[in-house]
Amino acid sequence: MPTKTFAGSTVDVNDEGFFEDPTQWTKEMAPEIAEEYGVPTPLTDRAWVVIDLMRSEYFDKGTGPTVRKISKLSDVTTKELFVLFPKGPAKLAAMVAGIPKPKGCI
Amino acid sequence: MTDSHPIPPAPIAAPIEKVSIIVSKGSLEGIYPALIMANGARNEGIEANLFFTFFGMDAIHKGRQDHIKVAAVGNPGLHMPTIAGVIPGASALITKYMEKQIEKQDFPDIHEFVEMIHDTGAGVYACLASVDLFGMERDDLIDDLDGIITVGDFYDMAAGGQIIFT
Repeated sequence: MPTKTFAGSTVDVNDEGFFEDPTQWTKEMAPEIAEEYGVPTPLTDRAWVVIDLMRSEYFDKGTGPTVRKISKLSDVTTKELFVLFPKGPAKLAAMVAGIPKPKGCI
Repeated sequence: MTDSHPIPPAPIAAPIEKVSIIVSKGSLEGIYPALIMANGARNEGIEANLFFTFFGMDAIHKGRQDHIKVAAVGNPGLHMPTIAGVIPGASALITKYMEKQIEKQDFPDIHEFVEMIHDTGAGVYACLASVDLFGMERDDLIDDLDGIITVGDFYDMAAGGQIIFT
């Protein structure tokens, strides 16, 4: 299994780079993951709203939310999501939040 | 033996960077898949453009986009005799059912979906030939439209990407 090192700790990731075990993630890793995948840094409070939501939804429902879900569950609009995480918000937010890629088509 | 037509080596899979999706049908089952693909592309970080033409224009027509129906005739996927589809109200009934399912799945309706796709940064365009053909005006179409363009403009825009026709 591939591994990566963020904030001095080694974590298990899949071929795409998504965390295999979300419990290995710590808040300190988020900025480094963001940097690696082209997410604008420093992470703003608004980005953290999304990151926190990704994790709480994952631990609650077993999968992270899609873009539409994120915008429905928070006050972050679709437009803003594409500014915070430009190249695929749900995917990149999941990456930074240390959870697997969200499932869902819409 | 000489082989004048050698099998070319399998191309290396390159990630898709851009898709241009043409929506030519005005039925619910003609429009939704295209919207799902455009939205899905943006969510994967792929550049996407939607180009509405012919009856697909109904999806971006202010007065019509909330009244898109399932084709009740000539649609074997409905698993009912074609003759049943011609009964007045059949299409409306099937559409009602589909709309309920769509709502149950928490899918957006077409109106909201097009708006959402536009918000993802995808381009939303209408076909000039169809606008002329159907005698439409810019005001007949949704505000989120990025332009009424020619087929030449479309090809310029689609250059270097994949084109999907639905």
